[in-house]
Amino acid sequence: MRLTNYIIKRLLLLIPVLIGVSLIIFTLTRITGDPAAGYINEKMTQSQIDQIYEKYHFNEPVYTQYVYWLNGIITLDWGWSKTYGGPVTDAIAYYFPATLELTLVSIFIAIIIGIYLGIASAVRRNRPFDHVTRVVSLIGVSLPIFWLALILQYLFYFHFGWFPSSGRASNVYYLTKSIPDITGLYLLDSVLVGNFALFKDVLWHIFLPAVTLSFGTIAVVTRIMRNSMLEVLSLDYVKTARAKGLSERSIIWKHARKNAMIPTTTVIGLSFGGLLGGAVLTESIFSWPGLGRWSATSIKLFDSNSVLGFCLLVAIIYVLINLAVDVLYAYLDPRVHLE
Amino acid sequence: MTDVQEPDTTSTINDISNTPSTTPRVPPKSGFNIDSNVLMKELEPRVRELRNSLGLLRENITALVGLGFVIFIIIIALLAPVICPPTSADPMYIPRDFKQPKPPGADGHILGTGNWGTDMLYGIVWGARTSIIISLFVVITGVLIGLVVGSIAGYYGGRIDNLMMRITDVFLSLPALILAMAIASILERSLENMMLALIIVWWPSYARLIRAQVLSIKESTYVEAARAIGAKTDRILFKHIVPNAISPLIVAATMDIGAVVLVAAGLSYIGFGVSTGSAEWGRMVSDGQSWFLSTVYWEGKAYTASWVVIFPGLAILIFTMGFSLLGDGLRDILDPRLRR
Repeated sequence: MRLTNYIIKRLLLLIPVLIGVSLIIFTLTRITGDPAAGYINEKMTQSQIDQIYEKYHFNEPVYTQYVYWLNGIITLDWGWSKTYGGPVTDAIAYYFPATLELTLVSIFIAIIIGIYLGIASAVRRNRPFDHVTRVVSLIGVSLPIFWLALILQYLFYFHFGWFPSSGRASNVYYLTKSIPDITGLYLLDSVLVGNFALFKDVLWHIFLPAVTLSFGTIAVVTRIMRNSMLEVLSLDYVKTARAKGLSERSIIWKHARKNAMIPTTTVIGLSFGGLLGGAVLTESIFSWPGLGRWSATSIKLFDSNSVLGFCLLVAIIYVLINLAVDVLYAYLDPRVHLE
Repeated sequence: MTDVQEPDTTSTINDISNTPSTTPRVPPKSGFNIDSNVLMKELEPRVRELRNSLGLLRENITALVGLGFVIFIIIIALLAPVICPPTSADPMYIPRDFKQPKPPGADGHILGTGNWGTDMLYGIVWGARTSIIISLFVVITGVLIGLVVGSIAGYYGGRIDNLMMRITDVFLSLPALILAMAIASILERSLENMMLALIIVWWPSYARLIRAQVLSIKESTYVEAARAIGAKTDRILFKHIVPNAISPLIVAATMDIGAVVLVAAGLSYIGFGVSTGSAEWGRMVSDGQSWFLSTVYWEGKAYTASWVVIFPGLAILIFTMGFSLLGDGLRDILDPRLRR
């Protein structure tokens, strides 16, 4: 019951933050140029343009404009995306699955590798393995992601020829129209229809971009996991487990790991925002047809409607994930006091 | 021992609680007037602190390696006109011969040439200047705004605090690169506007940091003492609280210098900031990308143009790593809880 109250309270606290974010984005849409520009194209006549002004209330005072704009946001009218050639919300719906698939796979890679490296270096504290991991994770957070993408392409596509350089699946599947359209997540869809050749092909295509995107997160997860593991290993219950004569293996991987995971959960949630930012760069290099590449193209075409729509979406996702992480934290760690 | 030291008026208390000073006391010379004597006495604990910190720095390998990188980059940036004298009025414009990229070593180009035959070495060397200017300007401005907002919010509390923290909440609810993108997307594309976008992104985290520090320090006994002897608010805030709140800010700012360059490079890579062909590392990567992995010929031999991307990227990596290492080491050095 306490948890429910906490969630409700946190949801209420979201409102001022979301209003603030919407104010920032709204200010950005009105600060330069004519806000109508995003709705108008070359083929329109003057009377059509007047209709646009009328329809979106661009000739009224700013505060009424804000109310109308906010109303538009809530009713899913986010303006016109020149880059996509359709409404911004349609563009988001179209590109979202690709980005979701990419970020989910990256998070998955980051969790597996980061947690393993974190535990392994905590156990081998101040030994060579620990130092090497520390340096590698430092490089991980200092690497420009667009550069890493290009270098990985150079090595694994150009030099070794192990992985493809772009796209979500081989052209054959697009030409024969054999990609099922159920959830838009190719990995999931191919399993659902039982097409394992396609599954393998998609996995092969997603590998390089996902590794690129996960690199920074691996570094962060490793660091946090190492520190919280060290903390947990010095606690009394671990000593008790040792005194009981449990094997070191089960102490580390069962007893200590579970509690050390709690702070790591938070970090994984928070890194989601960074991943969405990194997706802009990664997707453009690997020609990944997702939100990131769409917004990067929009930037090149000076299509601020699309860019701001993307930013608004990321803000909403980010805020909701933060909330989910806090709730999860409270659920996982009974010591956390819910205020 | 207290958590936070007051380096200012309570130097005698520190003398008792700490190990005996290794610095000899300055003997009151007869020629000195009172003021400079007071000054020396005020400076003494600070000098001792500095000496302690330098001693710790010498033992901290991480910080030393980072410092080495940082000094190396600063020297290159300072010597840029000597290493690569500019050929046009705008030093940001990389000299070029409008030919295909040449491999490193060809025709006197140590690191080869890039898109339109721009000299890579020139770009890297002057790019160090660009990166230092961007990062220092963004971080220093961000810290100053954060310092003012954070200390006022933390000290006065109440409604001001609430309002200011809600504002920072909003800014922090967006990932750095995305918010910078949103702001930069409506501005004209220039280096100045990119820095403006980065400042808007960066100040809230400093404000939060300083506020948290001020909140804990304002409850300490020496602040109470200062209040008891009737010190004015601004004196308490800026002479007693802020100097003690500043250490974590220095650490965060040092690490952020690298982070700012990373985000700035990402922004110029996708097309914000400086114009194409300028000495900026992120821009050089995106300029070189059109040649990356294509085959170029030089004196009858074929080369895969990889240097056009590899060198500027390495420069970003070294810069960011240097400041992260230094910041990481400074954290150990400046945190009074971790030493003595």
